[in-house]
Amino acid sequence: MDIKNLAASLVLLVTGLSFGLTSFFGMDVGSALRMGPGYFPLVLSILITGIGLAVGLKAVTVSVPFHPQYAPVRSIVAIIAAPILFGMTIRGLGFVPAVLLTAISAAMAAKGQRPHIAAVIALAITAFCLAVFYYGLGLPVRLFGPWIGV
Amino acid sequence: MDFISNLALGLSAALTPYNILFCFVGTLLGTLVGVLPGIGPTATIAMLLPITLSLSPETSLIMLAGIYYGAQYGGSTTAILINLPGESSSAVTALDGYQMARQGRAGPALAAAALSSFFAGTIATVFVAALAPPLTKIALQFGSPEYFALMVLGLAASVVLASGSVLKTIAMVSMGLIFGLVGTDINTGAMRFTLGRAELADGLNFVAVAVGIFGIAEILRNLEVTVQRIAVVKRVAGLWPSREDLKTIFAPACRGTALGSALGVLPGGGAILASFASYALEKKISKTPERFGKGAIEGVAGPEAANNAGAQTSFIPMLTLGVPANPVMALMIGAMIIQGIVPGPQVATSQPVLFWGLIASMWIGNFLLVVLNLPLIGLWVRLLTVPYAVLFPAILAFASIGVYSVNSNTFDLYVMAAFGVFGYVLAKLEFEPAPMLLGFVLGPLLEEHLRRAMTISHGDPMVFVNRPISATLLVVAMAVLAIAFIPDIAKRRKEVFVEED
Repeated sequence: MDIKNLAASLVLLVTGLSFGLTSFFGMDVGSALRMGPGYFPLVLSILITGIGLAVGLKAVTVSVPFHPQYAPVRSIVAIIAAPILFGMTIRGLGFVPAVLLTAISAAMAAKGQRPHIAAVIALAITAFCLAVFYYGLGLPVRLFGPWIGV
Repeated sequence: MDFISNLALGLSAALTPYNILFCFVGTLLGTLVGVLPGIGPTATIAMLLPITLSLSPETSLIMLAGIYYGAQYGGSTTAILINLPGESSSAVTALDGYQMARQGRAGPALAAAALSSFFAGTIATVFVAALAPPLTKIALQFGSPEYFALMVLGLAASVVLASGSVLKTIAMVSMGLIFGLVGTDINTGAMRFTLGRAELADGLNFVAVAVGIFGIAEILRNLEVTVQRIAVVKRVAGLWPSREDLKTIFAPACRGTALGSALGVLPGGGAILASFASYALEKKISKTPERFGKGAIEGVAGPEAANNAGAQTSFIPMLTLGVPANPVMALMIGAMIIQGIVPGPQVATSQPVLFWGLIASMWIGNFLLVVLNLPLIGLWVRLLTVPYAVLFPAILAFASIGVYSVNSNTFDLYVMAAFGVFGYVLAKLEFEPAPMLLGFVLGPLLEEHLRRAMTISHGDPMVFVNRPISATLLVVAMAVLAIAFIPDIAKRRKEVFVEED
């Protein structure tokens, strides 16, 4: 078993099949002469699914040890949360709180980072972004949004 | 002399104080992101794209181009001083450059890198200027079948030049193509893969996808291990190389430039391949190959010249055909589109100031880089001491602001987060992200030309074979792919890329 490539094959099969089935059943495929919106995606999906099968078949026949190295779950969550937090708060809370939250979340991703250090880093980043993007480049955003009544 | 008058036009456009300023800003930023880990030129340019909207077209392209080749320079500084290549194309530089630094010859190593890069940049600029107009003439005769064939060749080349399994990389390209199709089908107005979300009607935002895959995924990779970033030298003394050194590096720099210029034109990561090829060549023809890996100055000069020349000539397909050779060029095309310029062979005639100004600015940018990098090396060394714990939250904040400001659309931030996770998973499963991004950009173009070609030929696929240019391009594409599958080459390919990790 080659776990890594088995997982790779799974990614390809899921992508290929979901896009393929959507193109085949949900769209007009048309003909080679008059290609519908579904034609090209269907061809690509078949290719992806085919490669997924090939990679998967090869993966079950060989034996490869698998020792993956991952970033700590805390880091992954903190990093991914950062842009999502920004997206959720930029309209409502405004630029300053949104950048602050994003930076705090990201700063907490470092291994063993303590909250007060993260807060200091985030404050510095926010001040920097305010200077560069708002005052320097004139980004058209509200500094504080309607949620905090400003 | 058209060539001279064109270059003169370009110089007069590039030498305005305003454009010099932005060329400087670009090269400065490029050096910065080249030196800093966890952020590369792709993510930086993606983030800055919205800001360039307020600049004139030539100024914005000059600045963005500066970031690109500035990053190649900055990457070599970290490769030499701390054995951590800032960019993958300077991985080879680390082999001998770091050894030189450990022997107390950091100064000559940095100077050799900077001087041979400058030399290569100068020659490559002339090469681009000379080659672009004739290629543009040929490109003007291109119809849909030729464009389709050319893009297939570009994608095939990106597959071969990527590291890792050929089959998996083909799958990556296809995945990129299909992601590129998300949104409204321009021919019929049908919604494709939008999951009923109005935000996806215009397709996935390229900047969000690029920043997610290259920015976020890279940060996650860097957080896996606590990298010790200790510079072997705190102060660089004796920058200027001896006469002996200069004599030794001249020929390698020339060969590196030639290799880089030729390989850079190939779509799909020519600069990286060029530096590896140059290193291999220098080692092979050296009378003392055993010195390589132990601080041979030729091993720094050749690859540095090659990657810089390659970075420069990779503008050729973008400028003459409107077809990007790598994700950075795709962003440059994005910048043109934002400015209302349709990329393609007509740019040279319809926008001569932009076209020649950009080419001329490359030479100016290379000059500025020597000025920036040699005297200010102390500043860059000090920058290496910025802790990563401060750096990556800042990168994420910039990225979020940058992605949001493209369309003032919060949905793009969720796309960025999603592609960050996806990019990280792909990296763990040893998929190559760069060909996927190339596919993503080419997806709509490729489909459009395929459809048009088939309509012209009344559904006869022989149209691609009957026309000489398209047939040639497709044959070359097939040959390129076939080469990758030949066991012997596949093995060598593995060896070449092993050193990159």
